[in-house]
Amino acid sequence: MATMVTQWELPMAETATHDTHATSTGLSNVKLGMWLFLGSECLLFGGLISTYMLYRGRVSDGPTPEQIYDIPFTSVSSFVLLMSSLTMVLAVAAAHKRDDRGTNLWLTITALLGATFVGGQVYEFTAFYNEGLGFTTSLFGSSFYTLTGFHGVHVTVGIIMLLAMVAINKRSRVPGSKSETVEMIGLYWHFVDIVWIIIFTLVYLIPV
Amino acid sequence: MAIIERPAPGTTVPALIPAAPAITPTRTFGALRRPVATKGWKSWLFTVDHKKLGLMYGATALFFFIVGGLEAVLIRFQLAAPEGKVLNADLYNQMFTMHATTMVFLFVMPMAAGFANYFIPLQIGARDVAFPRINAFGFWCLLAGGIVVNLSWFLGGAADGGWFMYAPNSGPVFSPSNGVDFWAFGLQIAGIASLTGAINLIVTVLNMRAPGMTLMKMPIFTWMMTVVQFLLLFAVPVITVALFLLSFQRSFGAQFFDVAAGADPLLWQHLFWIFGHPEVYILVLPSFGIISEVLPVFSRKPLFGYPFVVFSGAAIGFVGWGVWAHHMFASGLGPVSVAVFSLATMAIAVPTGVKIINWTLTMWGGKLVFTTAMKFAVGLIVLFTIGGLSGVTHSVAPSDTQQTDTYYIVAHFHYVLFGGAIFGLFSGFYYWWPKMFGKLLNEQLGSWNFWLMVIGMNMTFGPMHILGLQGQPRRMYQWTEARAGEGFFNLAFWNLVASIGSVILTLGILLFLINIVVTARSKVRAPLDPWNARSLEWMTSNPPKEHNFDSIPHVHHLDEFFHRKYEEDSATHTMREVATAEQVLAELERNADEHIHMPSPSYWPLVLAVGLPVVSLGVIYSIPVAIVGGVIILYAMYGWALEPSVAAESDFDEPSSNGHNGHAVGTSHG
Amino acid sequence: MTTQTAPDTHHNEVEHSEAEHGMSTRGYITIALILAAITALEVSTYYVDFGPLFLPSLLIMMVIKFIMVVSYFMHLKFDNKLFSWLFYTGLILAIGVYAAALSTFHFFLR
Repeated sequence: MATMVTQWELPMAETATHDTHATSTGLSNVKLGMWLFLGSECLLFGGLISTYMLYRGRVSDGPTPEQIYDIPFTSVSSFVLLMSSLTMVLAVAAAHKRDDRGTNLWLTITALLGATFVGGQVYEFTAFYNEGLGFTTSLFGSSFYTLTGFHGVHVTVGIIMLLAMVAINKRSRVPGSKSETVEMIGLYWHFVDIVWIIIFTLVYLIPV
Repeated sequence: MAIIERPAPGTTVPALIPAAPAITPTRTFGALRRPVATKGWKSWLFTVDHKKLGLMYGATALFFFIVGGLEAVLIRFQLAAPEGKVLNADLYNQMFTMHATTMVFLFVMPMAAGFANYFIPLQIGARDVAFPRINAFGFWCLLAGGIVVNLSWFLGGAADGGWFMYAPNSGPVFSPSNGVDFWAFGLQIAGIASLTGAINLIVTVLNMRAPGMTLMKMPIFTWMMTVVQFLLLFAVPVITVALFLLSFQRSFGAQFFDVAAGADPLLWQHLFWIFGHPEVYILVLPSFGIISEVLPVFSRKPLFGYPFVVFSGAAIGFVGWGVWAHHMFASGLGPVSVAVFSLATMAIAVPTGVKIINWTLTMWGGKLVFTTAMKFAVGLIVLFTIGGLSGVTHSVAPSDTQQTDTYYIVAHFHYVLFGGAIFGLFSGFYYWWPKMFGKLLNEQLGSWNFWLMVIGMNMTFGPMHILGLQGQPRRMYQWTEARAGEGFFNLAFWNLVASIGSVILTLGILLFLINIVVTARSKVRAPLDPWNARSLEWMTSNPPKEHNFDSIPHVHHLDEFFHRKYEEDSATHTMREVATAEQVLAELERNADEHIHMPSPSYWPLVLAVGLPVVSLGVIYSIPVAIVGGVIILYAMYGWALEPSVAAESDFDEPSSNGHNGHAVGTSHG
Repeated sequence: MTTQTAPDTHHNEVEHSEAEHGMSTRGYITIALILAAITALEVSTYYVDFGPLFLPSLLIMMVIKFIMVVSYFMHLKFDNKLFSWLFYTGLILAIGVYAAALSTFHFFLR
């Protein structure tokens, strides 16, 4: 039986070989694993967001959220992250069409948009720190930096995955052979985006 | 690992598959050459085989069981007599904290994970798990986590805040040693093992079942373990958050639980118990699964009401999410919260009761065979029921307020966890030992093992009901003669009984360890199907071959193996044997698959797991070390990502003799 | 992708990728534009007083954006229902337990 195997090598992902590559549900192992992981991540970010919500009004003698949040600035970086979801989905579409050039282009743009977002976050943290909100200043400070920092780390991990994907794609000789890996990175990236959709509303737009 | 070449049907079948693998080490994209050893320590260190990993989980768990047990005995020695001098107050705090932490996170959980690793692929007719390298990574994380937690003993004292580490006791003010830091990081790393294991096993169960094995034909142990994996999947991230908050507070000065800064220390309690109550079912459901396999086999009857056992297990898993605050009745939650959680807690007794009824009716009218495995299973039903009933008394909030933080609670959860979880695991040891090692554990020693454990456990934990209702608080490092009271219910007598009980319990467990040694030295091999078993894992050799099944069985029934051995006689409506286990196995061997590809061993899971404790130690002592750990982790991920999970075509030696050169499967990725 | 069909799966795959994922490039851009518009509306609440509608409108817009990204960009709408089950189980569980925990702190009464 001539079986074509699309070999996906997400960092971490792999599959045990079977006699036939059909699975009991007909769904791919990595994709199932990825959705399970994302379901689990809901509980992680839920805990961090709840901690922030509980503590956001407890500022000791440090600045309050209203005093330091720069809504226009954060709106722009939120918009950048949102648009990176569009470029990501275009990368996935290109990968499914076995268009490696297009895939790499969109992946790189997504990584750049992500980097812009992280850069904005670094700027924001610096500005907040200079205005008197340190990690240890108040409960608000501790929980704000923990929540947004965790999200920032997730974005950074995503950027590393995107760039690694571009490097792997460039070396692979079969066009589109990594399309499922691109799709998995896409799922992760969109998840990071939807977490920010929640954070943007609950943390920034709704005052205490 | 490697291709296992089998001659085509019809040619002479060699007795054993050649041990030497047809694999040559080549440089993969990463930095290391692929490991190829199939014998010796290297074959264990770099293995991705689910059976080897299962045994490694088991061995690690057993080691920590001994450690946790010795800690418990020291606690009982301290409390045997008034004003005990065995431990000082500080050491006593560390001892009960580490006893519970070790038993929960480093014995019961990994032991269940070991059984799951070993038996889920076998029970569903698979050759390995869905993600073999992640599986190996999970084991090394568990070991790393266990080492980090226990390292604190040698580096200034262990954690001393109790296993639920309530704030603000866990803060730097009340717990100045590094013990809590080690505790938090160690559990964080062990949590990675649980999370990756959960994803891996759920995908395995959903995706890798043998043809014909629908969900409702899966063996019940696999079902219960699947429920457990879902609980882990969603509960572990909650404790992850809690542990991060704690670590950030202790290492970087965050204020999450700092009451002076206006924090709510109850936040910790919520996060801990949102994880902690599902955790209770994570501990006990594997044992429910084990005895649901053992009872039918030794009652010579199918499990009574299989769908009820499945759905009540799932119901326990679901309702288990809505009862966490019953651990916090005395913390001033407010009447509404208390009433809601009180009701939910009473409700969860129902599916548990359903299970007990099912087990009892499985035995009803059966031809009972009281092997050691069966004794432990029956022991579980009785002891867990006692623990369950005292649990119902806790669900009544006013009564719970009286019992909170007394020995009554200690009595309750030891009946549930020792009488429930641990008795089930022991039942599993005796039942599955021949499958794992090809030898039967000694039944006579096993009987002594069982009775000493039953007597010891009831003597140790039974009196604690009385101690608790008499008002002895838990975690008190001494009690005084003056306040012990008089008459039948005086504390002195029952504390002494409990301590003597703990010695008997220790002797029982010692007999088990002796039994292991005796069995290992014995030359007698176990028969192929020693228990006349019912499920798919017994349709393999003892121990199973590296690739488990020569040909993947097609499943038509629940209890497939039983139905291959027995058929109903239409005249008498009795089951009559139509094939022996040997014949069933020979049938599989006759239809053996020609080419079997197994996942290749890898260095990366181990390298990646080594990075994690380095980061932890770095955060505690010196940040540059943490950066080194980070570099190790990145390097390992890089190597991992670039290493194909199956060795490339060129990585194998050409199969020599029989002319089958075409590797049909799995390698044409170009 | 699971391709256990005929040997020449190359052609098949290009064709069924659209069918499987149900969206064209134009569709993706439309979704992105709607998302951008909602975001603009969200940000406008900072400048314009929405009165009593402020909180509900923000929450509803957040949920709409969330579901759109999950359904279209993450393909849950077109994919096997099992993926939706797994993900939404985690999400609903998270909302349930954390909302309950926060309510014991009287968070929603403040």
